[in-house]
Amino acid sequence: MNIVVCVRQVPEVTDAELEINKEGTEILKEDLEMDINEWDNYAVEEAVRLKEAHGGKVTVVTLGDEDSEDVLRTSLAMGADEAILINEEGFELSDAAGIAKGIYRAIRDLSFDLLFTGVQCSDNGWAQVGLILAELLGLPYASLVVGIEINEGTMIVRRELESNTEEKLQITMPAVLTIQTGINSPRYVSIMGIQKVRKIEIRETDSEELGLSEEEIGVKGSHVASQKLSLPPVGEGAEILEGSLDEICEKAAQIVRDKGVI
Amino acid sequence: MDEIMVLAEHRGGEFRDITFEMLTIANQLGKENDIAVTALFLGQEESDLSNRLKGACDTIILMNDPELTNYNADQYLLAIETVVRSRNPIVTMIGHTAMGMDLAPNMAARLSLPLVTDCVAVNFVDKRLDVLRQIYGGKINAHLTMKPSDQYLITLRPGSFDAEVEQGKSADTQTFPAPSWTDLKRRQFLGYLEAELEDVDIAAADILVSIGRGIGKPENIPLVQDFADSIGATLSCSRPVADEEWLPKTRQVGTSGKTVRPKIYIAFGISGAYQHQAGMKNADTIIAVNTDPRAPIFTIAHYGIVEDMFQVLPLLTEKFAK
Repeated sequence: MNIVVCVRQVPEVTDAELEINKEGTEILKEDLEMDINEWDNYAVEEAVRLKEAHGGKVTVVTLGDEDSEDVLRTSLAMGADEAILINEEGFELSDAAGIAKGIYRAIRDLSFDLLFTGVQCSDNGWAQVGLILAELLGLPYASLVVGIEINEGTMIVRRELESNTEEKLQITMPAVLTIQTGINSPRYVSIMGIQKVRKIEIRETDSEELGLSEEEIGVKGSHVASQKLSLPPVGEGAEILEGSLDEICEKAAQIVRDKGVI
Repeated sequence: MDEIMVLAEHRGGEFRDITFEMLTIANQLGKENDIAVTALFLGQEESDLSNRLKGACDTIILMNDPELTNYNADQYLLAIETVVRSRNPIVTMIGHTAMGMDLAPNMAARLSLPLVTDCVAVNFVDKRLDVLRQIYGGKINAHLTMKPSDQYLITLRPGSFDAEVEQGKSADTQTFPAPSWTDLKRRQFLGYLEAELEDVDIAAADILVSIGRGIGKPENIPLVQDFADSIGATLSCSRPVADEEWLPKTRQVGTSGKTVRPKIYIAFGISGAYQHQAGMKNADTIIAVNTDPRAPIFTIAHYGIVEDMFQVLPLLTEKFAK
């Protein structure tokens, strides 16, 4: 069972106060920690577990700058066997279709049974790349996958729908699946673990080697003409409770008591 | 004539709310630009379901076939491809739902359509599409202007437009023959699975104390449980807590979990992704505790506390201990 997993490095923004550059085109990333996209972490874990159960190898691929090597090393430490880095800053302003095109060129000659991506990336949240890849590769696919059971040449897949409901499907292999969070419990990667895989060679490529022209990637190849970022207005919505910590808690307690349901 | 086409979404013989939400914005854009609105119904018609769309669009395209009863990507893609290639709608709208997320990217690639997903607001001026998206978990607004195109495909975030769509139109129904399905054997729908029996029904609780990623580790849960016990509340959570299996999936509030409407909802360390908001925004009173004053949860909470939840929790518990 050979599995290719697309991963991506994203800024960790959960606890961060974000700022936008003065052109309004990007957030300032200098002070943000970079990490593997949460969905991709589950996808790598799922691939490694399937490999452990059925044999074969796991290849991880990412598209970004040279710092993206970190996300490949993390994946290798989790148990992936090979890694490909599409080291190309020209994809900076690509839309999902442009990114998918780049990954497609890098993996189309690989022999694999399954291709995984995360459902979406935590930065742009397009939720598109995996499914565009399926179309480019001419493969069947399923998105929002929360369960995989492999049989001979086929598999039973569970997709997450709304309202505590799932959908059960049968899909032939090879296939493309986009992996939802919660499908497994990703293993913890230690610094020691990353040290151990530091000698594994990462295959590097770029748009020139992949035969992609400037017209096909970046802003020229994108369907988006421009993107203007802004911070959502604050002050709408909640009345923020003020005072000392004790005063705040007393106000909150009073609001709860006033509802008369205790 | 130009048209905006809305893919009606249904499951189990009922339309999903997103269908009416999309018709609301489609009719608004249609009115502003003098463009007709078409609803595309793919399915096995029972009890005249498509008639429910009659008042809210100009044309209903009906493809009535048993293969389309339940959503299946292969069949739906072929069906939509057949209709879109024939009618060339200027904008095609699909819900950013479990169905639409599965369908739209593949369709865009197959038909070479410019696609923009998960839009919360849409403008269409001089035949150019302009949309608002929320990125970085709702912490940043992104205003996108698309390049000029004869056709666009967009997916719309559920809950962004009014589901009480204005009536008053009287659509004609045109039936469209189903294409041949013979080659589609790769992906087969087997059935729906409902969630297993649960320990408690969070939807029945009067007071919910809910935790999110900010809880940090499972060892911190007793601290919240103590507070919940002090006010007789039930413990619920947002997605990351259920993903980590710190609480069972049946305690998860949100789009893929439960929709709740308690009298009081107290959120600790929940940033408030829209999927979570969709599950709890109709609670009578929402109090949110989060260290980040820009956390999206504060846009729908009634009261906010911008403090460390671990400082707040013991103090709050004490207030009710007497």
